[in-house]
Order: sequence, then structure tokens, then C-alpha cells
Amino acid sequence: MPNMALKKTAMPEQEPNIRNKNFEEVSLGYTEEMAVSEAQRCLNCKNRPCVNGCPVNVPIPEFISLVAKGDFAGAYEVLSSANSLPAVCGRVCPQETQCEEKCVRGIKGESVAIGRLERFVADYHMKNFKGSVKKAESNGRKVAIVGAGPAGLTCAGDLAKLNYDVTVFEAFHTAGGVLMYGIPEFRLPKEIVQKEIDMLKNLGVKIETNMVIGKVLSVDELFESGFDAVFVGTGAGLPGFLNIPGEGLIGVYSANEFLTRINLMKAYLDDYDTCIIKPKNAAIIGGGNVAMDAARSAKRLGAENVYIIYRRSEKEMPARLEEIEHAKEEGIIFKLLTNPVAIHGDKDGRVEKIECVEMELGKPDESGRCRPIVKEGSNFTIDIDVAIVAIGNTPNPLIRTTTKGIEANKYGCLVVNEESMQTTREGVYAGGDAVTGAATVILAMGAGRKAAKAIDEYLQSK
Amino acid sequence: MFKIVDKQVLNPTTIKMVIDAPLIAKKAAPGQFIILRVDEKGERIPLTISDSDKENGTVTIIIQIVGKTTMLLNNLEKGDSILDFVGPLGKASELDGYKKVAVIGGGTGCAIAFPQAKALHIAGAKVDMIAGFRNTDLIILEQEMKDVCDKLTVMTDDGSNGNKGFVTNALKENIENGADYDLVIAIGPLPMMKAVAELTRPYNIKTIISMNTIMVDGTGMCGGCRLTVDGETKFACIDGPDFDGHLVDFDEAMRRSTTYKDIEYREMHSDDCRLLNKINK
Ligand SMILES: Cc1cc2nc3c(=O)[nH]c(=O)nc-3n(C[C@H](O)[C@H](O)[C@H](O)COP(=O)(O)OP(=O)(O)OC[C@H]3O[C@@H](n4cnc5c(N)ncnc54)[C@H](O)[C@@H]3O)c2cc1C
Ligand SMILES: Cc1cc2nc3c(=O)[nH]c(=O)nc-3n(C[C@H](O)[C@H](O)[C@H](O)COP(=O)(O)OP(=O)(O)OC[C@H]3O[C@@H](n4cnc5c(N)ncnc54)[C@H](O)[C@@H]3O)c2cc1C
Ligand code: SF4
Ligand code: SF4
Ligand code: FES
Repeated sequence: MPNMALKKTAMPEQEPNIRNKNFEEVSLGYTEEMAVSEAQRCLNCKNRPCVNGCPVNVPIPEFISLVAKGDFAGAYEVLSSANSLPAVCGRVCPQETQCEEKCVRGIKGESVAIGRLERFVADYHMKNFKGSVKKAESNGRKVAIVGAGPAGLTCAGDLAKLNYDVTVFEAFHTAGGVLMYGIPEFRLPKEIVQKEIDMLKNLGVKIETNMVIGKVLSVDELFESGFDAVFVGTGAGLPGFLNIPGEGLIGVYSANEFLTRINLMKAYLDDYDTCIIKPKNAAIIGGGNVAMDAARSAKRLGAENVYIIYRRSEKEMPARLEEIEHAKEEGIIFKLLTNPVAIHGDKDGRVEKIECVEMELGKPDESGRCRPIVKEGSNFTIDIDVAIVAIGNTPNPLIRTTTKGIEANKYGCLVVNEESMQTTREGVYAGGDAVTGAATVILAMGAGRKAAKAIDEYLQSK
Repeated sequence: MFKIVDKQVLNPTTIKMVIDAPLIAKKAAPGQFIILRVDEKGERIPLTISDSDKENGTVTIIIQIVGKTTMLLNNLEKGDSILDFVGPLGKASELDGYKKVAVIGGGTGCAIAFPQAKALHIAGAKVDMIAGFRNTDLIILEQEMKDVCDKLTVMTDDGSNGNKGFVTNALKENIENGADYDLVIAIGPLPMMKAVAELTRPYNIKTIISMNTIMVDGTGMCGGCRLTVDGETKFACIDGPDFDGHLVDFDEAMRRSTTYKDIEYREMHSDDCRLLNKINK
């Protein structure tokens, strides 16, 4: 008998006023009882609408029905056949616009908590799995993966399972990409990401950090040194700025810098050397996940007032629903329909105020979102000492400017054949944010998987 | 891990280290830098590749001890290792086609200017080097610099080497005496580079400076190294570190370089400071 409760089984969380002072995970995860009870809300629909909403077509009703029966290990088998980073996706996928959006239970009431169940199953596996992964036998063919984000790691794992000799080259001193340096600990504990990476290492994947491809070695040199194919998963790391007066003041950060100092370089822990300005009053410009993460991190560093400045309304915010809700609970102040026009500093060049204008929404533009229009003369200022710009990232030019034969579009995104993920150069494949521009973990993962399959086919045929 | 194969003290606040890093040594060109991290809890800091040896696979860095990370580095000895060492980063300096060049170094900047002078000298350009130090005890690399230029002038702020004045005094003298420079390279503290750029502007001599901004990744990801050049935002790590000195907004750069001044001071003087604990150990 299905559980006909209209609402999702609530997930235990740290209290807002406690968690906004620490960096520990906000959501605590389901217990076994909660997971079984939530799984019983799934109707096991024959036409599986939810599966179509998932970019990698996780067999949702199949894994959930095993959870309902209490067979968590079996559920993991099913889940991990389609998703190689379930502990990550269960936490960070924008479920409300993907799998859960399509769930029939969402028509009357709330959808099944697919993401939470996915997280439960993955965490259960990590905690209880005692066996060891078998190191794959090498078939003697070498593949190089550039960038250790979700796209590169997924591609590496899939190829290792197909017996390729895989080496991942990562520019930073730590693998994981945005999962390590961007998304904060309180949303995605780094230990979980590290476990996924360790699992790949056990599979036989080699990871070389401190390797900026395009500088230390070029793609051509990778081929010369014996690699048979290359996958480029370098992400979209180049931060955009507003180009308004005052962006050169002390205390203006890109979200990338602010979050990297906190997540990767652990500026919030006293025993690390990393410098960061701990804000008293911070303004974050933008409305995506990156902006929410920066805002909530600023709060956790001790800021009294943290403002999200976004030029459209809440409806248009690209951030995950859960992040917006969590941010509000934690006391982040939303300044919607507001756009910054200048940042003002004191005599030493430190940020003092941000000047904004009010906006109103006009007709929808080509993206389908309403175009914001300035209300003339509505200028006002907010006192701040740190401003964090989170208005989007574009792909880094390093690979495309140092590799012959690789084409990019006008936004700097690498051009690939959508079926094979091959770039305009034979043997070179690409996927993830480097191809799509800033997108999602699950799309990057899906691209890595697709490319692994194509690389296998290409090398088999060679 | 990257092994320190040699360490020398050049003056009371400057050390030279030779690091085993064959891949970097193979690629390094004048003007490029590395980013290192001493240990698991350390900062990432940029340092110029002062010299490289392709055959032995080593890279030389010259470090002025100014704060936490450079002190930690100074605590390491020959045979110890550095956790992370990545490079060569940044664009190589464009040094082709010049006939007569003044290469100017201020303090530790001499270590950064040295590879440029050497490359120009090997390419057959006439090179005048002007090096400035606060006093005679701080002079470094005098012989090395002499070996790669046609004329070396060493200035000291206090005149303790018998040659009192700033590098700009010497440069002005050379220019007025008819040295027909087609390029000036100035590397050192920001105020010095600004002063050189201001001096050469009316003479219309192309002036290249090297921006030592704050950095994190060195690959264009964080934007921490940004500066304004000719009204546009540029990233020192990927667009530089060399820039046209006549176009750089030095005042902004000087302000930004003080970002962590207070924080560093506090950290270095607090009782529970990791660094002091390490040094006292
Ligand atoms: C703060 C933040 C929050 C986010 N929140 C979410 C969320 O909640 N849900 C969600 O689905 N998505 C979220 N995203 C987006 C998601 O993280 C990305 O879409 C995803 O990580 C892209 O994966 P990728 O593998 O393509 O690239 P990345 O994760 O960017 O990884 C690329 C890797 O390549 C390395 N690299 C770059 N250049 C080179 C080079 N030349 N040589 C060697 N290595 C190189 C980089 O250092 C990096 O490690 C967020 C992004 C950010 C920044
Ligand atoms: C491209 C480049 C090349 C450089 N080459 C050399 C070199 O060859 N020899 C040398 O002695 N120094 C060089 N520097 C400067 C050197 O990086 C700093 O002196 C060093 O970061 C100071 O670190 P610290 O922790 O000891 O000092 P602290 O004062 O404690 O610094 C704390 C943090 O502030 C930042 N910081 C402070 N001062 C500087 C600065 N001048 N430049 C960049 N970041 C700074 C760093 O992020 C550092 O981690 C270079 C800088 C750049 C950008
Ligand atoms: S991977 Fe993401 S979209 Fe797919 S089912 Fe899991 S949570 Fe939903
Ligand atoms: S649509 Fe919802 S109820 Fe139906 S199978 Fe999918 S998760 Fe279960
Ligand atoms: S150092 Fe991060 S962008 Fe230049």
C-alpha cells in the first residue's frame, strides 16, 4: 500500500541559527525508516515520467522500489548503473526542474523526494560497503583526461572499467573541480567527493595534480607521449565581472576566489594560512547557486548582514529552490529587482558602499525571462565591506588557444559533435561546462559518460 | 613532492632555491612563474622562474622573505621537499627584435629581471642593467647580472655602495647621455615600476613591467590577480605578468596589493600563529 502523504518526508536539518555559524552539512539525511517511508510514496508508474526528467535517465522507480523493500544495497546497484556520482547528485541536482518536476505525485502535493532517496542510498553504500573495487586490467591503451571535475572523473571511471589505462591531469593541487573548490562543505562535504576520487584511484585511474595542460604539457605533447585519445573537461572557470566603477577596490571578490579560498584553501579553519577578508556586511551580486553559496559562506564567516542583489525577481533566480529556501532561513537578505551601478570605497581603497538602482520587469527576452528595466532616479546605497561578484563564468581559453584544430563558439565553448562528443579534432573529446558553459553536475557527468563510450568505440575501430 | 636540491642565502632577507622540477624546467621561458604551496595547510604563492636548467631538470627561484609563506619556505633546507609546485605559468616575455635595452631591477626584482637580461644578451641585444637596493648589504646577484649585460649600474638608496640614488636617476642619466633604448624593462616594487614608467613616457620608450599581484590559482579562474590596463580588466596570471607600463593603473594595483596587510600582521603576531609555532619548534 503506497504512502499517500501529500508532502515529502521531511529531511532532518541543522537549525538555521546554529548552522549559519558553522560549515558542517546543513541537511542530515534520511534514516532507514524515513527512506523506506518516503520510497513508499512512489507509485511505480509504468510510463516512468520521472526518468525522462533526469539527464542520465536514472531508473528511478526501480531503485526506489528496492528502497521501499529495504534492499538498500540492491538499490545502489541499480542507481549506480546510471549515475557514477549519486552521493553528489542526490545533494546538488536541481531536482525540482528535472526528475522531480515530472513526478506524478507532484501534480497533487509534493513529488517523491527522489534526490533525498538517491543521497540516502549512496550514503548507505559508502557507510556499509565493505568489499573493495577490483583494479581493472589494463588493455594497454592510454587515455588522458584533462580536468578532474565531474565530467573528467566520470569519463575516467567509465574508461577504467573498460580496461583503459587512464591518467587525469588536474591544474589544481586537488582533484574534484567545482565539487572541491566551488560548492561549500555545508552543502557537499569534501570527504564524500574525496571518497569518490579514491574509488577511482582504486580502479586504477592515475591522477596527476599541479598539471596545467596547455602550459606544462600541451595536448599535442600528450599524444606524442603515447596517449591514444584525450578528453577535455576543463569546466567554465573564467569569472565575469560587472564592469562598473569600483570593482578594483579592496574587498571586491569574484565568487570563484572567495569560495576557493574557503572551500579548497580552508580559510575558515584557523590552522590554515589562507587569507580572506571576513566581512561584516557583504553584498553578493547574482541569483544562481554560486551566489547562494557565496552568501551563505559569508554569513558563516561571521557577517552580520549579507545581501543578495539580483536584478530580476525571485521567480527568475536560477538557483536550486532548496538553496534559496535555506539561504532565507539563515538570514540572508534578498534585494530583488535591484542592480548595482557602482561600488564606492574609502580613502584607502577599501569597499564602503554599493550603489544600486531599482529595476522593474519588462517583456520576456530571448531567454524567455522578463527583461529588467532600470527605474530612473531610484539610486540608493547599502553599507558593505565586501562585495562578491557571482554573475557567471565562461570557459577558460587555455586549452583552445594552445591546441591546434580545436574550435570554440563565440562564447569560448568548445564545439563538439553532440553524438560523439568529439571536438573538431580527431581523438580529442570534450564535455561538461567546457562545452555547455556553466551548467550542472549531472549534465557534466552525462557528457563524460557519453564521451567515454565514444572514445571506446573510436579506439576499438582504430 | 618537489625536492630542494640547493639552497643559498643571498642576503639577510633573500634566499635562492633550486628545485627539482624537470617538466617545468623543460618549458620555462623568461617572464614565466610558478605557484607553490609549502605544505597541506599553506597558501599558494607565485614566484618567478629566475633560471632553469633543462639538462638537470631544475628550476631556480629567488625569494624575498616578507611574510608567512616565504618564512615557511626559508625554514626548509636542501633535501627537504615542497608539496606543490606548478608552472610554468603566465606568458613568456616578448623579447625578439630589440637592439638596445635597459633592464631595471629593484631589490628582489633583480632576480626576476635577470632571466630577461640574459635572454636579450644571448639574442645579441645591447643590454644596460640598472639595479637598485636599499643598502649595500642587500645587493644580490651582482656577478650574475654583470655577466649578462654590457653595463651594470648598482644604485643604493643610502649611498652605502658609493652610488647614491634611485634606479630612475641612473636611467635618466643614461637616456640623457644618448643611450638610444628601444625597450625598457622594469621589475621591482610597484612604486619603482610606476616611477620608471613615468620617466620613460615623455621619451616614448616602450616600457614593460611585471605585475606581482595577489594570486590563487594562476590559471584565470579566480580573478584575484586582476588589474586595469588601458581601461580594461586583465588577469596578471594569463594575460601577463608582463604589461605595457604606460597603460597600467598602478594606483589601483598598489591599493589592491595591501588587501591582506592587516590580516597578515595580526596572524604573524598572534600567539597561536602556526608559523611562529613552527619556527619555535
Ligand atoms: C559555487 C558553485 C555552485 C554550484 N552548485 C551547483 C549545484 O548545486 N548543482 C549543480 O548541478 N551544479 C552546480 N554548479 C555547477 C557545477 O558544479 C558544474 O556545472 C560542474 O562542476 C561542471 O563540471 P566540469 O567537470 O565540466 O567542470 P569543473 O567542475 O569546473 O572541473 C574542471 C576541472 O578542470 C580543471 N582545469 C581547468 N583547466 C585546466 C587545464 N588547462 N589543465 C588541467 N586542468 C584544468 C579545473 O581546475 C577543474 O578542476 C555549481 C557551480 C559553482 C561554481
Ligand atoms: C608573477 C609574480 C612573480 C613573483 N615573483 C617573485 C619572486 O621571484 N621573488 C619574490 O620574492 N617574490 C615574488 N613575487 C611576490 C611573492 O609572491 C610574494 O612576496 C609572496 O606571495 C608573499 O607571500 P608571504 O606569505 O610570504 O607573505 P605575506 O605578506 O604573509 O602574504 C600573504 C598573502 O598575500 C599575498 N601577497 C602578499 N604580497 C604579495 C606580493 N608582493 N605579490 C603577490 N602576492 C602577495 C599572497 O597571496 C600571500 O599568500 C611574485 C609575485 C607574482 C605575482
Ligand atoms: S541524477 Fe539528478 S536528475 Fe537524475 S534522478 Fe538523480 S537527482 Fe534526479
Ligand atoms: S513519477 Fe514519481 S511516483 Fe511515478 S515512478 Fe517516478 S518517482 Fe515514482
Ligand atoms: S591568479 Fe586566479 S585568475 Fe589569476
